[in-house]
Amino acid sequence: MTATTPTPLALVAELTHRCPLHCVYCSNPLELAKRETEMPTETWVRVFQEAAAAGVLQADFTGGEPLARTDIVELVRAGRSAGLYVSLITSGLPLDETKLAALVEAGLDHFQLSFQGINQQTAREISNTNTHAHKLKVLQWLKKHRLGVTLNFVIHRQNISELEGMLALVEEYRPGCVEFASVQYYGWGFANRERLLPTRQQVDHCVETLKKAEARLRGKTRVVFVVPDYYAKYPKPCVGGWGRKLMVVAPDGTALPCHAATVIPGMYFENVKHKSVLEIWTHSSAFRRFRGEEWMQEPCKTCDRRQLDFGGCRCQAFLLAGDASATDPVCSLAPTRTIADAALAKINGPVPAVAEVKSDWVYRPNPI
Amino acid sequence: MKPELNATPKLAPGVRLNDKNQQPRTLLMPERALRLNGPSLAIVELCDGNHTVQQIAEELHAMYSKAEPQRITSDLLGYLALLHDQRAIDF
Repeated sequence: MTATTPTPLALVAELTHRCPLHCVYCSNPLELAKRETEMPTETWVRVFQEAAAAGVLQADFTGGEPLARTDIVELVRAGRSAGLYVSLITSGLPLDETKLAALVEAGLDHFQLSFQGINQQTAREISNTNTHAHKLKVLQWLKKHRLGVTLNFVIHRQNISELEGMLALVEEYRPGCVEFASVQYYGWGFANRERLLPTRQQVDHCVETLKKAEARLRGKTRVVFVVPDYYAKYPKPCVGGWGRKLMVVAPDGTALPCHAATVIPGMYFENVKHKSVLEIWTHSSAFRRFRGEEWMQEPCKTCDRRQLDFGGCRCQAFLLAGDASATDPVCSLAPTRTIADAALAKINGPVPAVAEVKSDWVYRPNPI
Repeated sequence: MKPELNATPKLAPGVRLNDKNQQPRTLLMPERALRLNGPSLAIVELCDGNHTVQQIAEELHAMYSKAEPQRITSDLLGYLALLHDQRAIDF
């Protein structure tokens, strides 16, 4: 590794794109990987070993739904044996008590359970499945084990009013951490953006409620709030900086600097089936493309914040401004900020411009 | 929240040190990792549910005999409070 190449810290292992849920904001690409393209157990095991050797500390097992892999227990064991801290980012399905016990026994460190809302009806509309009751059962099973638990609520216009109910569940269960993650507008979330973006009033109320909750829960549950960046003054430091902290590996082995990176045209992504994690991290054109500052344009190039947010998100810059090297259009300093403002104006206008019709949702399918 | 001197801090669920043979020593927790060295590593290694805060302080006094004991204890309490707020330890 050259002196200027940072050490990767996290491996995001998208083990499969299959998922029993159909959430309208799924971060997976619109073109989902089919089962037949998924990497076998032994290739993933090698990837975990290579990642740990390259300096990676944490592996986030995600998908799709990682539990859809029949070899999930074996994969957890392999990740842990490689020396990684293993998190399962899951909807809690398909899972029973026996499987959970096997996962814990295999060395699972952390279980992040997603919720689509607090009432069954919202959860059903968002995920197009009846899975909420099962998730509450999983929470009870988790109490029997000693491992890290995070509750994850993805927040948007349709469920942001349920915040108090979500917090009540947190107070009752007392997980180590709760995440209120605003929808990020990529993939399926981008396709459904107009029905997911909250209003400014909702966001303000949400921030206020969570500030109070954070103070109340201090020392009990860590409260993490991922702000809806369309409303932010400055962009998020997306993926901690491109090619700086993490590598996403898609189900077929494609190594990505960011979940959504495949939307950017003209990129060539290497595959872990053919090259090692370290080689791809250090030398591949995709990981070097936006690493450091050379690619930056004004106003990022000379901005005091360029080391804090790295110009924001490259995928969002492409999706909104049509230029992956541009300043993230959600930045108040971006010349293209008007694009994000136009999206917000539609939501915050005097008359709701978007009809609330269920059939409008673009549901994410389950790939075969 | 600062601990009482007779409290016995231990790592919270989902929090662990990486293996002794992995360098640098790091406290691993959900979505985060904390590099440890010198006194911070010594403290975290003693957060095993068996040592009281008082005993941890005494161990540190012995390890850093040149430093003022009161200062060490007060730094220790501050560090444990920080780890507690971060949900890295329970006491």
